[in-house]
Amino acid sequence: MQRYSGFGLVKHALSHHENWERQWRNPTPKKQYDVIIVGGGGHGLATAYYLAKEFGVKNVAVIEKGWLGGGNTARNTTIVRSNYLWDESAVLYEHAMKLWEGLSQDLNYNVMFSQRGVLNLGHTLQDMRDIQRRVNANRLNGIDGEVLDAKGVQALVPIMDCSKNARYPVMGASWQPRAGVARHDAVAWGYARGADAHGVDILQQTEVTGFKIRDGQIYGVHTNRGDIEAKTVGCVAAGNSSVLAKMGGFNLPLESHPLQALVSEPIKPILDTVVMSNQVHGYISQSDKGDLVIGAGIDGYNGYGQRGSYPTVEHTLQAIVEMFPIFSRVRMNRQWGGIVDTCPDACPIISKTPVKGLYFNCGWGTGGFKATPGSGHVFAASLAKGEMHPIAEPFSMFRFHSGALIDEHGAAGVAH
Amino acid sequence: MSQSKQQMFRLNTGGRIDRSRTLSFTFNGQRYQGHPGDTLASALLANGVDIVNRSFKYSRPRGIVAAGAEEPNAIVQLGSNEAAQVPNVRATQQALFDGLTACSTNGWPNVQRDLMGLVGKLGGQFMPPGFYYKTFMAPASMWLTYEKYIRKAAGLGRSPMEADPDSYDHFNQHCDVLVVGAGAAGLAAALAAARSGARVIVADEQEEMGGSLLASRETLEGKPADQWVARVLGELASYENVTLLPRTTANGYHDHNFVTLHERRTEHLGDTAPVENGHRQVRARLHRVRAGQVILSTGAHERPLVYAGNDVPGNLLAGAVSTYIRRYGVAPGRKLVLSTSNDYGYRAALDWKEAGCEVVAIVDAREAPAGDWVDAARAQGIKIITGSAVIEAKGSNRVTAARVAKIDIDAFKVSGPVQELACDTIASSGGYSPVIHLASHTGARPTWREDILGFVPGLVKGVQACGGAKGTYTLGDVLAEGVEAGIRAAATTGYTAQTVSLPSAERLQQGPAVALFQVPHEKSTLRGPKQFVDLQNDVTAAGIELATREGFESIEHIKRYTAMGFGTDQGKLGNINGMAIAARCLKRSIPEVGTTVFRPNYTPVTFGAIVGRHCRDLFDPERYTALHHWHVERGAEFEDVGQWKRPWYYPQKVNGKAETIQEAVARECLAVREKVGILDASTLGKIDIQGPDAREFLARVYTNKWEKLAVGKCRYGLMCKDDGMVTDDGVTSCLAENHFLMTTTTGGAAAILEWLELWHQTEWPELDVYFSSVTDHWATMTITGPEARKLLAEISDIDLDRDSFKFMDWRSGKVAGVPARVFRISFTGELTFEINVQANYAMHVWQTLFKHGEKYGLTPYGTETMHVLRAEKGFIIVGQETDGSVTPEDLGMQWAIGYDKPYSWIGKRALTRSDTKRENRKQLVGLRPKDPKVVLEEGAQIVLDPKHAIPMPMVGHVTSSYYSPILDSGFALAVVKGGHQRLGETVYLPMADGQTFEAEIVSTIFYDPKGERQNV
Repeated sequence: MQRYSGFGLVKHALSHHENWERQWRNPTPKKQYDVIIVGGGGHGLATAYYLAKEFGVKNVAVIEKGWLGGGNTARNTTIVRSNYLWDESAVLYEHAMKLWEGLSQDLNYNVMFSQRGVLNLGHTLQDMRDIQRRVNANRLNGIDGEVLDAKGVQALVPIMDCSKNARYPVMGASWQPRAGVARHDAVAWGYARGADAHGVDILQQTEVTGFKIRDGQIYGVHTNRGDIEAKTVGCVAAGNSSVLAKMGGFNLPLESHPLQALVSEPIKPILDTVVMSNQVHGYISQSDKGDLVIGAGIDGYNGYGQRGSYPTVEHTLQAIVEMFPIFSRVRMNRQWGGIVDTCPDACPIISKTPVKGLYFNCGWGTGGFKATPGSGHVFAASLAKGEMHPIAEPFSMFRFHSGALIDEHGAAGVAH
Repeated sequence: MSQSKQQMFRLNTGGRIDRSRTLSFTFNGQRYQGHPGDTLASALLANGVDIVNRSFKYSRPRGIVAAGAEEPNAIVQLGSNEAAQVPNVRATQQALFDGLTACSTNGWPNVQRDLMGLVGKLGGQFMPPGFYYKTFMAPASMWLTYEKYIRKAAGLGRSPMEADPDSYDHFNQHCDVLVVGAGAAGLAAALAAARSGARVIVADEQEEMGGSLLASRETLEGKPADQWVARVLGELASYENVTLLPRTTANGYHDHNFVTLHERRTEHLGDTAPVENGHRQVRARLHRVRAGQVILSTGAHERPLVYAGNDVPGNLLAGAVSTYIRRYGVAPGRKLVLSTSNDYGYRAALDWKEAGCEVVAIVDAREAPAGDWVDAARAQGIKIITGSAVIEAKGSNRVTAARVAKIDIDAFKVSGPVQELACDTIASSGGYSPVIHLASHTGARPTWREDILGFVPGLVKGVQACGGAKGTYTLGDVLAEGVEAGIRAAATTGYTAQTVSLPSAERLQQGPAVALFQVPHEKSTLRGPKQFVDLQNDVTAAGIELATREGFESIEHIKRYTAMGFGTDQGKLGNINGMAIAARCLKRSIPEVGTTVFRPNYTPVTFGAIVGRHCRDLFDPERYTALHHWHVERGAEFEDVGQWKRPWYYPQKVNGKAETIQEAVARECLAVREKVGILDASTLGKIDIQGPDAREFLARVYTNKWEKLAVGKCRYGLMCKDDGMVTDDGVTSCLAENHFLMTTTTGGAAAILEWLELWHQTEWPELDVYFSSVTDHWATMTITGPEARKLLAEISDIDLDRDSFKFMDWRSGKVAGVPARVFRISFTGELTFEINVQANYAMHVWQTLFKHGEKYGLTPYGTETMHVLRAEKGFIIVGQETDGSVTPEDLGMQWAIGYDKPYSWIGKRALTRSDTKRENRKQLVGLRPKDPKVVLEEGAQIVLDPKHAIPMPMVGHVTSSYYSPILDSGFALAVVKGGHQRLGETVYLPMADGQTFEAEIVSTIFYDPKGERQNV
């Protein structure tokens, strides 16, 4: 792998950038791999990367039906935080956070992880109770955070309406300084480049059309480019997970919904943190390019169209202008949608399945991006060892049989 | 000052401007003049302003390129005062008004002499696409510092810092036929559809309808085309079934023919909406149109050629040159070189020449151009250089010369010697790209047509494209297609349209165009001077080539790696060229490379317009009870609960000083415990449930039993979701055999009604039962405390005797002379009557209660006191003690579960799962702080070993915590793992400030454990 650095950039500039290498190959599928990852998004590529780099499994294929990083990795609003309520999720997202903190260096690819802090606003007494509870739990779990009052919020975000005139005046917020945003595409590309360098075959424009299963054990996949064999298959296909599960002969308790996001035109830097509000129902940050990056909740209906309904956009912007009246004259440039796979308890599934050797990592709903490194890492460990990583264990699909749910609806109140 | 001196590039005649009036405006602090009918761009060109901005990445000087929505460079900040600021206004689409104030969005210290430009010039080669992914990584701790400087270069315009003085609104519109774009095709279509009687909406983004016909050199019926436009518009305006919306952009095309139209109503008049008859006009309006049929007559955008230095001011689209001359009476230079791949481009040279300016040469990429316009140019004596192209524009702040050479398109190389032609303007035309954005919004994939070298819209139901949008460019054909589309659309929506006799258009001979996108240079793309593809984002042909070398092969990857098409113009000019360059590098065809998906908005839309009226006071309705004014007058502080404003507490003035919340709540609590208090409980959700199966329905949605609840009786019910977790609670009363009144939590009312409907409609449609929300119909006044009976007896005819009107009974009768339902239930533990009357009577009843209550010490109390009193009794609040992970058994409410009911109920199965049956679940308990003065923090986490290292195992948390005036101590409710078995044990609460509190696990009932007080 060609190493990247400022020095290298200068060197390449002097040779007119004619000597940059491919960031990943475009290989021909082999007949057989040790592990197949279905889904070349951030989570799938991270899984492949850690499999090869940390767990010594290098004969790996990532099968992607479109272009790598083209699903929700390319469509989310890039917020990264780990201030989750329940121990199980807090450990998982904090595991991811720690990996985020060294990711650019580990990948030798600047994913522009910007720890500019995330505010989760409280507007009611119950909001504030929940915030205190969550921040207290985070602290005892070793996750940074503090409870701010309205003044503290105003000091961090002077342009927000923190007055009593607001419909739901800001009473305070939780503040996680280590949280922030990252450059989503770069995450997929960095993992792809890293995985490729460790020998992983990334097979784009390759669609899995079925599983090869014998006696309850998987031994390969059918694709539009022929059959490929592997005794371990990990599916990381977000909104299309239920479709894949069906091919495996079982159901997952997932609903696929459109989740929309939108950006303004680029404007000069004006917002330095991420601001999220469940009650007013919207969230916002500003990209390094200057776009205000905005989102809110999922569309209520199920669907696989990567677009959503207009009322959701209206509600979202109403919330943003309610919080930031000065943005009324800023203009919306573009909206788009992704397909999010939501679980009944707003927590992911990282799990074995009824089919031996077939694993699923899905159900991240609206919050998958922030977990990318952690999700990939624990999934890779599980695939490599054939046993679920302890952090992944609580997220078994069989929890819906036992009832051991991890209800993070509070944390997932707005999509994030 | 004479006009000619002021506007030195203004032509003496021609254009659709009103020369009789002069408007003055300011750009970058400099005063200029223009005329009504100008856009800001045409007025700037008339005044010879070359540099309108600096580019985003390299800070290169940029001038106006286009005349419409596709303009990438002329992005300005508008606004004469802070509140009126508008960022990123496209000067080509901003009508000039008197007093307009604008400035460039980039450039320091100013756009003419920009220091960042030096950085761009020197450092440009170190900033290939994706350079930031490859550097700024060491040391890791420095990224935030690097980022701070990177961010300094971010953004175009700036946000206003004051609230918007203007307002916006929404119209919901329905029509049979929506025509998007009122050029030749759109007007023909509208005419055909309108004459059939169909309801037609015509939306056009420009100041005037007519599209290219307003500046066309072609004639209709031998007359200037704009005369036909005027006639058609006149006819359309006379129809009642037609709505004409100029200055209105169709921005988004959503499923089921739902189109959003953004109408700019006042932006041509000023930077804030004018006041008319004392009312400020609506600045913009969003039309949410549901159309039977949509006709996309959106025309086409001209593609520029990609050659070196093509971003230097003075490089324009050929069509834009014509538009400025013919529509605005401005020649954007003196000496023109035209570089074209097709016949259409020739019109710019003809217009230029007719305007009296010099055409240095037409450079045509084709070896043997032939056609009527080519002949016309020859006849005018214009020099035509064939088989060649402008390979490079010279100049820094303005074009000074064009370098022209023979090119071999197939071999992609310069094949002859280079000659330099002195000029100040280079116009280029690489053909047209149909405007397919709207069709693309619906998910329809566009298809490539090699014959027109462009993508045309994919097919969608209910939509038809015509004219330029479909790749048809000959005026006669465009009109015919428009009429046909109009007739078909009308017919599809049930109208019979007659044919429209079309005006005769000139039949012009045209030669075929050649496929030219990027022009070769003597040097390779990577080594040669920059050739810009996306001007706004400084994406070059070299950048695209580099991306493909690095393995970015999907067009989506290329776009994301280079930022091509991510600007506010969304790649209207550059995307097809970019795809063509990618195709060349990848040795694929353009359709193989494919197109990216266009997303709404077509052009950016003001947030305010999308928000409409749903902001400020109308963001979300505030719900008030019928007694709200009384609470306000009484000085209550309010709490937001759902949409309701509920009195939180009533601070009194004591010795001229307002009570603190603690003082007020202590006073209110003691009043209830010792005398009598009153709560406005009207906000509790009330659902009227009727039908022969009402009882069974209740038994299915609640965990407890309902078979035996007699008329006149009330029962507390717990509701679970299908996961067995408590979701709501409340008292339901049997009003008559098949008639119940359910109460819900205040915040949960709407969701519970939906929940009931969901189960009834989807799972149990066989049950004969129906629901109506009656929350607002009834006002609820809770009088509670030892004196409650005496007070009520004074003003009610109901027999209140404790043995005949028992706890959990309800009675109807008169209270204060009006019909009332009185419920003997209690949320405080005290003797309580909940009086329900029609909301309109509430104030009268409330005041009567106070008239009689004074002697008993009747005290109004708010939600905070309610919380303390119920917690003293261990009564839960759903959403506070519960969080979606708590079962009835966790709450110690086994008594409310009817496992042996004759039918299954929601949550039953879940409650038998292994995890819900597990021991050591978190269970509701009381906590008594070891120090009675301590009031624990709500949300404090509970641990068994406070010395444990982080992460410290947590066993639960405090759900409610208060100071109890009657007990004179702090107390709390909490959920603790295995808590029901831990009574008497000590737990610890380590706080953020380093303190650790100790508390004992106790019963949840802190006061009157036997429950005697409600029965006094």
